[in-house]
Amino acid sequence: MGMTMTQKILAAHCGLDYVEAGQLIEANLDLVLGNDVTAPVAIKEMKKFNKETVFDKDKIAIVLDHFTPNKDIKSAELCFCAKEFAYKNDITNFFETGEVGIEHALLPEKGLVVAGDVVIGADSHTCTYGALGAFSTGVGSTDMAAGMATGKAWFKVPSAIKFELVGKPAKWVSGKDVILHIIGMIGVDGALYKSMEFCGEGVQYLSMDDRFAITNMAIEAGGKNGIFPVDDKAIEYMKEHSQREYKVFEADEDAVYDEVYIIDLSTLKPTVAFPHLPENTRTIDEVGDVKIDQVVIGSCTNGRIEDLRIAAKVLEGKHVAKGVRCIVIPATQKIYLQAIEEGLMTTFIKAGAAVSTPTCGPCLGGHMGILAKGERAIATTNRNFVGRMGHPESEVYLSSPAVAAASAITGKISNPEFV
Amino acid sequence: MKATGRVFKFGDNVDTDVIIPARYLNAPDPSELAKHCMEDIDPEFVNKVSTGDIIVATKNFGCGSSREHAPISIKAAGVSCVIAETFARIFYRNAINIGLPIIECKEASEKIEEGDTVEIDFDNGIIYNKTKGENYKGQAFPEFMQKIIKAEGLINYINQK
Repeated sequence: MGMTMTQKILAAHCGLDYVEAGQLIEANLDLVLGNDVTAPVAIKEMKKFNKETVFDKDKIAIVLDHFTPNKDIKSAELCFCAKEFAYKNDITNFFETGEVGIEHALLPEKGLVVAGDVVIGADSHTCTYGALGAFSTGVGSTDMAAGMATGKAWFKVPSAIKFELVGKPAKWVSGKDVILHIIGMIGVDGALYKSMEFCGEGVQYLSMDDRFAITNMAIEAGGKNGIFPVDDKAIEYMKEHSQREYKVFEADEDAVYDEVYIIDLSTLKPTVAFPHLPENTRTIDEVGDVKIDQVVIGSCTNGRIEDLRIAAKVLEGKHVAKGVRCIVIPATQKIYLQAIEEGLMTTFIKAGAAVSTPTCGPCLGGHMGILAKGERAIATTNRNFVGRMGHPESEVYLSSPAVAAASAITGKISNPEFV
Repeated sequence: MKATGRVFKFGDNVDTDVIIPARYLNAPDPSELAKHCMEDIDPEFVNKVSTGDIIVATKNFGCGSSREHAPISIKAAGVSCVIAETFARIFYRNAINIGLPIIECKEASEKIEEGDTVEIDFDNGIIYNKTKGENYKGQAFPEFMQKIIKAEGLINYINQK
Protein backbone atom coordinates (compact mmCIF):
# COMPACT_ATOMS: atom_id res chain seq x y z
CA MET A 1 0.00 0.00 0.00
CA GLY A 2 1.44 3.36 -1.02
CA MET A 3 1.90 6.45 1.09
CA THR A 4 0.44 9.92 0.72
CA MET A 5 2.77 12.91 0.37
CA THR A 6 2.28 13.76 4.06
CA GLN A 7 2.99 10.20 5.16
CA LYS A 8 6.23 10.16 3.17
CA ILE A 9 7.47 13.37 4.78
CA LEU A 10 6.60 12.05 8.25
CA ALA A 11 8.29 8.69 7.56
CA ALA A 12 11.46 10.47 6.49
CA HIS A 13 11.45 12.46 9.74
CA CYS A 14 11.17 9.48 12.06
CA GLY A 15 13.71 7.26 10.33
CA LEU A 16 11.18 4.82 8.88
CA ASP A 17 10.72 3.62 5.30
CA TYR A 18 7.01 3.22 5.75
CA VAL A 19 4.28 4.63 7.96
CA GLU A 20 0.53 4.18 7.78
CA ALA A 21 -2.51 6.10 8.94
CA GLY A 22 -3.10 5.77 12.68
CA GLN A 23 0.52 4.91 13.53
CA LEU A 24 2.04 6.89 16.40
CA ILE A 25 5.46 8.30 15.58
CA GLU A 26 7.99 10.70 17.04
CA ALA A 27 9.28 13.03 14.34
CA ASN A 28 12.29 15.31 14.18
CA LEU A 29 11.33 18.94 13.71
CA ASP A 30 12.85 21.39 11.24
CA LEU A 31 11.19 24.41 12.83
CA VAL A 32 9.19 25.28 15.96
CA LEU A 33 7.13 28.47 15.85
CA GLY A 34 5.40 30.61 18.44
CA ASN A 35 3.93 34.12 18.69
CA ASP A 36 3.27 36.73 21.37
CA VAL A 37 0.08 34.96 22.52
CA THR A 38 1.34 31.37 22.59
CA ALA A 39 5.12 31.61 23.19
CA PRO A 40 4.85 33.15 26.69
CA VAL A 41 2.65 30.22 27.79
CA ALA A 42 5.20 27.81 26.27
CA ILE A 43 8.08 29.63 27.97
CA LYS A 44 6.31 29.26 31.32
CA GLU A 45 5.93 25.54 30.63
CA MET A 46 9.60 25.27 29.62
CA LYS A 47 10.60 26.70 32.97
CA LYS A 48 9.02 23.63 34.56
CA PHE A 49 11.39 21.49 32.51
CA ASN A 50 14.45 20.20 34.21
CA LYS A 51 16.20 21.29 31.04
CA GLU A 52 15.76 24.94 30.17
CA THR A 53 17.80 25.24 26.96
CA VAL A 54 16.48 24.98 23.42
CA PHE A 55 17.38 22.12 21.07
CA ASP A 56 18.63 24.37 18.26
CA LYS A 57 18.60 28.17 18.33
CA ASP A 58 18.35 28.31 14.52
CA LYS A 59 15.25 26.11 14.36
CA ILE A 60 12.94 28.18 16.52
CA ALA A 61 10.98 31.17 15.28
CA ILE A 62 9.35 33.62 17.67
CA VAL A 63 7.19 36.12 15.85
CA LEU A 64 5.45 38.88 17.82
CA ASP A 65 2.55 39.58 15.49
CA HIS A 66 -0.80 39.20 17.25
CA PHE A 67 -1.27 42.10 19.68
CA THR A 68 1.57 44.17 18.22
CA PRO A 69 2.62 46.94 18.05
CA ASN A 70 1.86 46.33 21.73
CA LYS A 71 -1.78 47.25 22.23
CA ASP A 72 -1.75 47.52 26.02
CA ILE A 73 0.43 46.90 29.08
CA LYS A 74 -0.51 43.24 29.42
CA SER A 75 0.36 42.58 25.76
CA ALA A 76 3.61 44.50 26.16
CA GLU A 77 4.50 42.24 29.06
CA LEU A 78 3.85 39.11 26.99
CA CYS A 79 6.14 40.47 24.26
CA PHE A 80 8.75 41.37 26.86
CA CYS A 81 8.68 37.82 28.22
CA ALA A 82 9.10 36.37 24.70
CA LYS A 83 11.90 38.80 23.87
CA GLU A 84 13.77 38.08 27.07
CA PHE A 85 13.59 34.35 26.33
CA ALA A 86 14.68 34.84 22.72
CA TYR A 87 17.69 36.94 23.71
CA LYS A 88 18.66 34.63 26.55
CA ASN A 89 18.63 31.64 24.22
CA ASP A 90 20.13 33.57 21.30
CA ILE A 91 17.18 32.63 19.07
CA THR A 92 18.18 33.48 15.50
CA ASN A 93 14.68 34.00 14.16
CA PHE A 94 13.13 36.42 16.59
CA PHE A 95 11.00 39.14 15.00
CA GLU A 96 9.39 42.13 16.66
CA THR A 97 7.82 45.37 15.45
CA GLY A 98 9.83 46.87 12.62
CA GLU A 99 10.98 43.51 11.30
CA VAL A 100 7.89 41.50 12.05
CA GLY A 101 5.27 40.30 9.64
CA ILE A 102 2.31 38.02 10.17
CA GLU A 103 4.04 34.74 10.96
CA HIS A 104 2.61 32.60 8.16
CA ALA A 105 3.47 35.15 5.51
CA LEU A 106 6.83 35.98 7.11
CA LEU A 107 8.34 32.50 7.51
CA PRO A 108 8.09 31.44 3.84
CA GLU A 109 9.24 34.93 2.77
CA LYS A 110 12.31 34.63 5.01
CA GLY A 111 13.00 31.21 3.54
CA LEU A 112 12.64 29.49 6.91
CA VAL A 113 10.41 26.73 5.54
CA VAL A 114 11.06 24.66 2.43
CA ALA A 115 9.58 21.57 0.81
CA GLY A 116 10.02 18.36 2.79
CA ASP A 117 10.19 20.07 6.20
CA VAL A 118 8.26 19.09 9.31
CA VAL A 119 7.13 22.20 11.17
CA ILE A 120 5.03 22.70 14.29
CA GLY A 121 3.72 26.07 15.34
CA ALA A 122 1.73 27.22 18.33
CA ASP A 123 -0.77 28.82 16.00
CA SER A 124 -3.50 26.92 14.22
CA HIS A 125 -2.72 28.45 10.82
CA THR A 126 0.75 26.89 10.80
CA CYS A 127 -0.74 24.55 8.19
CA THR A 128 -0.03 27.35 5.65
CA TYR A 129 3.44 26.02 4.73
CA GLY A 130 1.92 23.01 3.00
CA ALA A 131 1.77 25.28 -0.04
CA LEU A 132 5.54 24.75 -0.30
CA GLY A 133 5.28 20.97 0.03
CA ALA A 134 6.14 20.86 3.73
CA PHE A 135 4.26 19.10 6.52
CA SER A 136 3.24 21.77 8.97
CA THR A 137 0.61 21.76 11.65
CA GLY A 138 -0.71 23.81 14.53
CA VAL A 139 -0.17 22.72 18.13
CA GLY A 140 -0.60 24.30 21.55
CA SER A 141 1.92 25.94 23.82
CA THR A 142 2.88 22.76 25.72
CA ASP A 143 3.76 21.00 22.48
CA MET A 144 5.71 24.07 21.46
CA ALA A 145 7.61 23.92 24.77
CA ALA A 146 8.38 20.23 24.32
CA GLY A 147 9.39 20.92 20.69
CA MET A 148 11.72 23.75 21.67
CA ALA A 149 13.35 21.60 24.35
CA THR A 150 13.68 18.34 22.44
CA GLY A 151 13.35 19.10 18.71
CA LYS A 152 10.76 16.37 18.47
CA ALA A 153 6.99 15.97 18.50
CA TRP A 154 4.73 12.96 18.51
CA PHE A 155 2.10 12.58 15.81
CA LYS A 156 -0.59 10.18 14.86
CA VAL A 157 0.03 9.63 11.14
CA PRO A 158 -3.02 11.09 9.38
CA SER A 159 -5.11 9.57 6.63
CA ALA A 160 -5.87 11.92 3.76
CA ILE A 161 -8.54 13.39 1.55
CA LYS A 162 -7.45 14.07 -2.03
CA PHE A 163 -8.66 17.18 -3.82
CA GLU A 164 -7.96 16.90 -7.52
CA LEU A 165 -8.10 20.36 -9.01
CA VAL A 166 -8.94 20.62 -12.71
CA GLY A 167 -9.63 23.54 -15.00
CA LYS A 168 -8.67 27.19 -14.86
CA PRO A 169 -10.34 29.59 -12.45
CA ALA A 170 -12.25 32.57 -13.87
CA LYS A 171 -10.97 36.14 -13.56
CA TRP A 172 -12.29 37.04 -10.09
CA VAL A 173 -11.82 33.58 -8.56
CA SER A 174 -8.83 33.27 -6.22
CA GLY A 175 -7.32 30.69 -3.89
CA LYS A 176 -9.58 32.04 -1.15
CA ASP A 177 -12.66 31.20 -3.20
CA VAL A 178 -11.33 27.69 -3.83
CA ILE A 179 -10.84 26.95 -0.13
CA LEU A 180 -14.13 28.58 0.92
CA HIS A 181 -15.89 26.45 -1.70
CA ILE A 182 -14.22 23.30 -0.33
CA ILE A 183 -15.04 24.13 3.31
CA GLY A 184 -18.62 24.87 2.29
CA MET A 185 -18.73 21.45 0.64
CA ILE A 186 -17.12 19.27 3.37
CA GLY A 187 -17.89 21.36 6.49
CA VAL A 188 -15.78 22.68 9.34
CA ASP A 189 -15.02 19.15 10.53
CA GLY A 190 -14.96 17.57 7.08
CA ALA A 191 -11.23 16.86 7.24
CA LEU A 192 -10.98 16.34 11.03
CA TYR A 193 -7.58 14.82 11.95
CA LYS A 194 -6.79 14.35 8.22
CA SER A 195 -4.43 15.68 5.58
CA MET A 196 -5.92 17.66 2.73
CA GLU A 197 -3.78 16.81 -0.28
CA PHE A 198 -4.27 19.03 -3.32
CA CYS A 199 -3.17 17.87 -6.76
CA GLY A 200 -4.18 17.88 -10.43
CA GLU A 201 -3.56 19.95 -13.53
CA GLY A 202 -5.53 22.86 -12.05
CA VAL A 203 -2.68 23.49 -9.58
CA GLN A 204 -0.63 25.16 -12.33
CA TYR A 205 -3.19 28.01 -12.50
CA LEU A 206 -2.80 28.81 -8.82
CA SER A 207 -0.10 31.28 -7.82
CA MET A 208 1.91 30.67 -4.64
CA ASP A 209 -0.17 33.34 -2.90
CA ASP A 210 -3.33 31.45 -3.93
CA ARG A 211 -1.87 28.23 -2.57
CA PHE A 212 -0.86 29.83 0.74
CA ALA A 213 -4.46 31.03 1.16
CA ILE A 214 -5.75 27.51 0.47
CA THR A 215 -3.46 25.58 2.83
CA ASN A 216 -3.83 28.35 5.44
CA MET A 217 -7.50 27.44 5.83
CA ALA A 218 -7.09 23.63 5.95
CA ILE A 219 -7.61 24.00 9.71
CA GLU A 220 -11.02 25.58 9.04
CA ALA A 221 -12.11 22.18 7.70
CA GLY A 222 -10.57 20.54 10.80
CA GLY A 223 -7.56 19.34 8.78
CA LYS A 224 -4.26 18.40 10.37
CA ASN A 225 -2.44 19.82 7.38
CA GLY A 226 -2.96 20.90 3.79
CA ILE A 227 -0.33 20.20 1.18
CA PHE A 228 0.45 20.93 -2.48
CA PRO A 229 2.79 19.08 -4.82
CA VAL A 230 6.12 20.82 -5.45
CA ASP A 231 6.02 22.18 -9.01
CA ASP A 232 8.10 24.75 -10.88
CA LYS A 233 6.28 27.65 -9.24
CA ALA A 234 7.03 26.31 -5.77
CA ILE A 235 10.68 25.67 -6.66
CA GLU A 236 11.03 29.15 -8.11
CA TYR A 237 9.55 30.62 -4.90
CA MET A 238 11.93 28.66 -2.68
CA LYS A 239 14.98 29.54 -4.80
CA GLU A 240 14.04 33.19 -4.59
CA HIS A 241 13.49 33.18 -0.82
CA SER A 242 15.66 30.50 0.75
CA GLN A 243 19.23 29.28 0.86
CA ARG A 244 18.08 26.00 2.38
CA GLU A 245 18.01 22.76 0.50
CA TYR A 246 14.52 21.54 -0.22
CA LYS A 247 13.40 17.96 -0.65
CA VAL A 248 10.57 16.95 -2.94
CA PHE A 249 8.20 14.19 -1.84
CA GLU A 250 5.47 12.85 -4.08
CA ALA A 251 2.47 10.76 -3.15
CA ASP A 252 2.70 7.16 -4.34
CA GLU A 253 0.52 6.17 -7.30
CA ASP A 254 -1.23 3.66 -5.06
CA ALA A 255 -1.56 5.93 -2.04
CA VAL A 256 -4.83 5.38 -0.20
CA TYR A 257 -7.26 8.25 0.40
CA ASP A 258 -10.36 8.27 2.59
CA GLU A 259 -12.14 10.31 -0.05
CA VAL A 260 -11.35 11.87 -3.41
CA TYR A 261 -13.00 15.07 -4.64
CA ILE A 262 -12.61 16.50 -8.12
CA ILE A 263 -12.93 20.28 -8.08
CA ASP A 264 -13.41 22.00 -11.43
CA LEU A 265 -11.90 25.42 -10.80
CA SER A 266 -13.50 26.83 -13.97
CA THR A 267 -16.97 26.42 -12.44
CA LEU A 268 -16.21 28.24 -9.19
CA LYS A 269 -17.54 31.71 -8.39
CA PRO A 270 -16.40 34.27 -5.86
CA THR A 271 -17.55 32.82 -2.55
CA VAL A 272 -18.50 34.37 0.77
CA ALA A 273 -18.76 32.62 4.17
CA PHE A 274 -21.64 33.96 6.26
CA PRO A 275 -21.57 34.14 10.06
CA HIS A 276 -20.72 32.27 12.20
CA LEU A 277 -18.84 29.42 10.55
CA PRO A 278 -16.51 29.25 7.53
CA GLU A 279 -18.73 26.46 6.13
CA ASN A 280 -21.74 28.78 5.71
CA THR A 281 -20.76 29.64 2.17
CA ARG A 282 -22.74 31.23 -0.64
CA THR A 283 -21.58 32.22 -4.08
CA ILE A 284 -21.54 35.94 -4.77
CA ASP A 285 -24.81 35.67 -6.77
CA GLU A 286 -26.57 34.19 -3.75
CA VAL A 287 -25.44 36.79 -1.22
CA GLY A 288 -28.38 39.20 -1.41
CA ASP A 289 -28.36 42.63 0.20
CA VAL A 290 -25.82 42.61 3.04
CA LYS A 291 -24.77 46.07 4.24
CA ILE A 292 -21.40 46.38 5.95
CA ASP A 293 -19.69 48.73 8.41
CA GLN A 294 -16.09 47.59 8.02
CA VAL A 295 -13.79 45.94 5.50
CA VAL A 296 -10.52 44.25 6.48
CA ILE A 297 -8.03 43.32 3.77
CA GLY A 298 -5.07 41.48 5.27
CA SER A 299 -4.22 38.54 7.59
CA CYS A 300 -2.14 35.37 7.23
CA THR A 301 -4.70 34.23 4.66
CA ASN A 302 -4.83 37.25 2.34
CA GLY A 303 -2.32 39.96 3.22
CA ARG A 304 0.19 39.06 0.50
CA ILE A 305 1.26 41.20 -2.44
CA GLU A 306 -1.15 39.68 -4.97
CA ASP A 307 -3.99 40.22 -2.53
CA LEU A 308 -3.09 43.89 -2.23
CA ARG A 309 -2.66 44.22 -5.99
CA ILE A 310 -6.12 42.92 -6.74
CA ALA A 311 -7.70 45.02 -3.98
CA ALA A 312 -5.95 48.11 -5.39
CA LYS A 313 -7.09 47.23 -8.89
CA VAL A 314 -10.70 47.20 -7.70
CA LEU A 315 -10.31 50.40 -5.63
CA GLU A 316 -8.31 52.35 -8.23
CA GLY A 317 -10.00 55.68 -8.94
CA LYS A 318 -12.95 54.80 -6.70
CA HIS A 319 -13.83 55.66 -3.13
CA VAL A 320 -14.80 53.71 -0.03
CA ALA A 321 -18.51 54.23 0.68
CA LYS A 322 -19.46 56.84 3.29
CA GLY A 323 -19.99 55.11 6.62
CA VAL A 324 -17.65 52.20 5.85
CA ARG A 325 -14.21 51.77 7.43
CA CYS A 326 -11.78 50.02 5.12
CA ILE A 327 -8.58 48.77 6.76
CA VAL A 328 -5.71 47.39 4.69
CA ILE A 329 -2.94 45.47 6.45
CA PRO A 330 0.05 44.24 4.46
CA ALA A 331 1.22 40.95 5.98
CA THR A 332 4.94 41.75 6.13
CA GLN A 333 7.26 44.75 5.95
CA LYS A 334 8.59 43.50 2.60
CA ILE A 335 5.07 43.33 1.18
CA TYR A 336 4.33 46.77 2.66
CA LEU A 337 7.38 48.28 0.96
CA GLN A 338 6.63 46.54 -2.31
CA ALA A 339 3.07 47.87 -2.18
CA ILE A 340 4.40 51.40 -1.63
CA GLU A 341 6.81 51.05 -4.54
CA GLU A 342 4.07 49.75 -6.81
CA GLY A 343 1.82 52.67 -5.87
CA LEU A 344 -0.80 50.45 -4.23
CA MET A 345 -0.71 52.39 -0.98
CA THR A 346 -1.42 55.62 -2.85
CA THR A 347 -4.46 53.95 -4.37
CA PHE A 348 -5.69 52.75 -0.98
CA ILE A 349 -5.25 56.08 0.76
CA LYS A 350 -6.79 58.06 -2.10
CA ALA A 351 -9.73 55.65 -1.99
CA GLY A 352 -10.23 56.44 1.70
CA ALA A 353 -8.81 53.26 3.18
CA ALA A 354 -6.70 53.15 6.34
CA VAL A 355 -3.37 51.36 6.05
CA SER A 356 -1.75 49.67 9.06
CA THR A 357 1.63 48.21 9.87
CA PRO A 358 1.69 44.36 9.72
CA THR A 359 -0.34 42.78 12.55
CA CYS A 360 -2.89 40.01 13.09
CA GLY A 361 -4.86 42.70 14.96
CA PRO A 362 -8.50 42.70 13.89
CA CYS A 363 -8.61 39.12 12.58
CA LEU A 364 -8.85 37.75 16.12
CA GLY A 365 -10.48 40.79 17.66
CA GLY A 366 -7.19 41.93 19.14
CA HIS A 367 -6.98 45.57 18.04
CA MET A 368 -6.80 47.81 14.94
CA GLY A 369 -10.42 47.38 13.90
CA ILE A 370 -12.76 45.97 16.53
CA LEU A 371 -16.50 45.76 15.84
CA ALA A 372 -19.24 47.26 18.02
CA LYS A 373 -22.44 45.42 18.92
CA GLY A 374 -24.51 44.91 15.79
CA GLU A 375 -21.74 45.90 13.39
CA ARG A 376 -20.85 43.83 10.38
CA ALA A 377 -17.54 43.35 8.57
CA ILE A 378 -16.43 41.65 5.42
CA ALA A 379 -12.88 40.42 5.87
CA THR A 380 -10.27 38.50 3.93
CA THR A 381 -9.41 36.71 7.18
CA ASN A 382 -10.08 33.07 8.02
CA ARG A 383 -12.64 32.86 10.83
CA ASN A 384 -16.09 34.30 11.36
CA PHE A 385 -16.93 32.74 14.73
CA VAL A 386 -19.15 34.51 17.27
CA GLY A 387 -17.26 37.54 18.60
CA ARG A 388 -14.18 36.85 16.49
CA MET A 389 -13.65 40.50 15.51
CA GLY A 390 -15.17 42.16 18.53
CA HIS A 391 -18.56 42.26 20.22
CA PRO A 392 -20.27 38.85 20.49
CA GLU A 393 -23.23 40.36 18.61
CA SER A 394 -21.14 41.59 15.67
CA GLU A 395 -20.80 39.67 12.41
CA VAL A 396 -17.92 38.70 10.12
CA TYR A 397 -18.27 37.61 6.50
CA LEU A 398 -15.23 36.00 4.85
CA SER A 399 -14.23 36.63 1.25
CA SER A 400 -11.41 37.18 -1.22
CA PRO A 401 -9.63 40.56 -1.42
CA ALA A 402 -11.47 41.36 -4.68
CA VAL A 403 -14.90 40.90 -3.12
CA ALA A 404 -13.85 42.78 0.03
CA ALA A 405 -12.55 45.74 -2.00
CA ALA A 406 -15.69 45.81 -4.17
CA SER A 407 -17.81 45.75 -1.03
CA ALA A 408 -15.87 48.68 0.43
CA ILE A 409 -16.90 50.80 -2.56
CA THR A 410 -20.61 49.95 -2.49
CA GLY A 411 -21.06 49.53 1.28
CA LYS A 412 -22.63 46.12 0.82
CA ILE A 413 -21.24 42.72 -0.16
CA SER A 414 -20.60 43.03 -3.88
CA ASN A 415 -19.31 41.25 -6.94
CA PRO A 416 -16.07 42.87 -8.19
CA GLU A 417 -17.19 42.22 -11.74
CA PHE A 418 -19.93 44.85 -11.47
CA VAL A 419 -18.15 47.51 -9.42
CA MET B 1 -9.50 7.65 37.99
CA LYS B 2 -13.05 9.01 38.20
CA ALA B 3 -14.94 12.26 37.82
CA THR B 4 -18.47 13.11 38.92
CA GLY B 5 -20.41 16.27 38.23
CA ARG B 6 -23.40 18.16 36.94
CA VAL B 7 -23.62 18.68 33.18
CA PHE B 8 -23.55 21.84 31.11
CA LYS B 9 -24.62 20.95 27.57
CA PHE B 10 -23.44 22.62 24.37
CA GLY B 11 -23.91 21.97 20.65
CA ASP B 12 -21.71 21.51 17.57
CA ASN B 13 -18.51 23.41 16.74
CA VAL B 14 -17.94 25.18 20.06
CA ASP B 15 -14.87 27.14 18.97
CA THR B 16 -11.94 28.35 21.05
CA ASP B 17 -12.94 31.98 20.46
CA VAL B 18 -16.17 31.49 22.42
CA ILE B 19 -14.43 29.29 25.02
CA ILE B 20 -11.97 32.10 25.73
CA PRO B 21 -12.30 35.26 23.61
CA ALA B 22 -9.05 36.74 22.28
CA ARG B 23 -9.61 39.93 24.27
CA TYR B 24 -8.55 37.97 27.36
CA LEU B 25 -5.46 36.31 25.88
CA ASN B 26 -3.21 39.13 27.04
CA ALA B 27 -3.52 37.78 30.61
CA PRO B 28 -2.74 34.06 30.41
CA ASP B 29 -2.86 33.37 34.15
CA PRO B 30 -5.25 30.38 34.68
CA SER B 31 -7.28 32.16 37.38
CA GLU B 32 -7.80 35.16 35.06
CA LEU B 33 -8.77 32.92 32.13
CA ALA B 34 -11.21 31.02 34.37
CA LYS B 35 -13.20 34.23 34.95
CA HIS B 36 -14.07 34.42 31.25
CA CYS B 37 -14.54 30.75 30.39
CA MET B 38 -17.32 30.22 27.79
CA GLU B 39 -18.17 33.93 28.04
CA ASP B 40 -19.24 34.46 24.43
CA ILE B 41 -21.47 31.39 24.29
CA ASP B 42 -22.93 31.60 27.83
CA PRO B 43 -22.01 34.73 29.81
CA GLU B 44 -23.49 33.16 32.97
CA PHE B 45 -21.44 29.96 32.75
CA VAL B 46 -18.73 31.06 35.18
CA ASN B 47 -21.36 32.03 37.76
CA LYS B 48 -23.19 28.71 37.45
CA VAL B 49 -20.28 26.23 37.24
CA SER B 50 -19.03 24.44 40.38
CA THR B 51 -15.88 22.45 40.90
CA GLY B 52 -16.23 19.00 39.38
CA ASP B 53 -18.93 19.92 36.83
CA ILE B 54 -18.81 18.42 33.37
CA ILE B 55 -19.18 19.89 29.88
CA VAL B 56 -20.97 17.76 27.28
CA ALA B 57 -21.01 18.87 23.65
CA THR B 58 -21.71 17.32 20.27
CA LYS B 59 -19.38 17.55 17.26
CA ASN B 60 -15.97 19.24 16.78
CA PHE B 61 -15.60 20.74 20.26
CA GLY B 62 -12.70 23.21 20.50
CA CYS B 63 -12.37 24.00 16.81
CA GLY B 64 -10.43 27.05 15.64
CA SER B 65 -7.43 28.61 17.27
CA SER B 66 -4.60 26.60 18.84
CA ARG B 67 -4.77 28.70 22.02
CA GLU B 68 -4.01 26.44 24.96
CA HIS B 69 -5.76 29.13 26.98
CA ALA B 70 -9.05 27.39 26.01
CA PRO B 71 -8.56 24.09 27.89
CA ILE B 72 -6.67 26.00 30.62
CA SER B 73 -9.72 28.24 31.22
CA ILE B 74 -12.06 25.22 31.32
CA LYS B 75 -9.85 23.38 33.78
CA ALA B 76 -9.28 26.46 35.94
CA ALA B 77 -13.05 27.09 36.02
CA GLY B 78 -13.29 23.76 37.86
CA VAL B 79 -14.61 21.55 35.05
CA SER B 80 -13.54 17.94 35.67
CA CYS B 81 -14.08 16.55 32.15
CA VAL B 82 -15.36 17.40 28.68
CA ILE B 83 -17.36 14.78 26.81
CA ALA B 84 -18.07 15.23 23.10
CA GLU B 85 -18.86 13.21 20.01
CA THR B 86 -15.66 14.56 18.45
CA PHE B 87 -12.99 17.09 19.34
CA ALA B 88 -10.95 19.35 17.08
CA ARG B 89 -7.48 17.85 17.01
CA ILE B 90 -5.43 20.71 18.43
CA PHE B 91 -7.86 21.10 21.34
CA TYR B 92 -7.67 17.36 22.01
CA ARG B 93 -3.89 17.47 22.21
CA ASN B 94 -3.85 20.62 24.29
CA ALA B 95 -6.39 19.30 26.79
CA ILE B 96 -4.36 16.15 27.46
CA ASN B 97 -1.12 18.14 27.56
CA ILE B 98 -2.40 20.45 30.29
CA GLY B 99 -4.13 17.67 32.22
CA LEU B 100 -7.81 18.25 31.40
CA PRO B 101 -9.55 14.90 30.91
CA ILE B 102 -11.66 14.65 27.76
CA ILE B 103 -13.53 11.72 26.33
CA GLU B 104 -15.12 11.00 22.95
CA CYS B 105 -18.50 9.25 23.09
CA LYS B 106 -21.27 9.73 20.53
CA GLU B 107 -23.99 8.08 22.61
CA ALA B 108 -23.20 10.10 25.72
CA SER B 109 -23.09 13.31 23.70
CA GLU B 110 -26.54 12.54 22.27
CA LYS B 111 -28.30 11.31 25.41
CA ILE B 112 -26.91 13.40 28.25
CA GLU B 113 -28.93 16.54 28.93
CA GLU B 114 -28.19 19.81 30.68
CA GLY B 115 -28.36 19.34 34.44
CA ASP B 116 -27.87 15.56 34.46
CA THR B 117 -25.39 14.20 36.96
CA VAL B 118 -22.75 12.04 35.34
CA GLU B 119 -19.94 9.83 36.62
CA ILE B 120 -16.98 8.95 34.38
CA ASP B 121 -14.61 6.06 35.00
CA PHE B 122 -11.50 6.77 32.92
CA ASP B 123 -10.05 3.30 33.50
CA ASN B 124 -12.75 1.61 31.44
CA GLY B 125 -14.33 4.55 29.58
CA ILE B 126 -17.75 4.01 31.16
CA ILE B 127 -19.90 7.11 31.49
CA TYR B 128 -22.74 6.60 34.00
CA ASN B 129 -25.67 8.99 33.81
CA LYS B 130 -26.94 8.98 37.40
CA THR B 131 -29.99 11.09 36.55
CA LYS B 132 -31.20 8.78 33.80
CA GLY B 133 -29.71 5.53 35.11
CA GLU B 134 -27.93 4.87 31.81
CA ASN B 135 -24.41 3.72 30.92
CA TYR B 136 -22.51 4.82 27.82
CA LYS B 137 -19.21 3.40 26.62
CA GLY B 138 -16.56 5.90 25.69
CA GLN B 139 -12.95 5.29 24.76
CA ALA B 140 -10.91 4.34 27.84
CA PHE B 141 -7.82 6.44 28.55
CA PRO B 142 -4.63 4.51 27.93
CA GLU B 143 -2.40 4.34 31.00
CA PHE B 144 0.11 6.93 29.79
CA MET B 145 -2.66 9.48 29.20
CA GLN B 146 -4.03 8.88 32.70
CA LYS B 147 -0.54 9.46 34.02
CA ILE B 148 -0.29 12.77 32.12
CA ILE B 149 -3.63 13.87 33.59
CA LYS B 150 -2.62 12.84 37.12
CA ALA B 151 0.69 14.68 36.74
CA GLU B 152 -1.34 17.80 35.79
CA GLY B 153 0.15 17.90 32.31
CA LEU B 154 2.74 16.65 29.85
CA ILE B 155 5.72 18.61 31.16
CA ASN B 156 5.32 17.34 34.74
CA TYR B 157 4.83 13.84 33.37
CA ILE B 158 8.07 14.05 31.36
CA ASN B 159 9.91 15.41 34.40
CA GLN B 160 8.63 12.55 36.55
CA LYS B 161 9.82 9.90 34.11
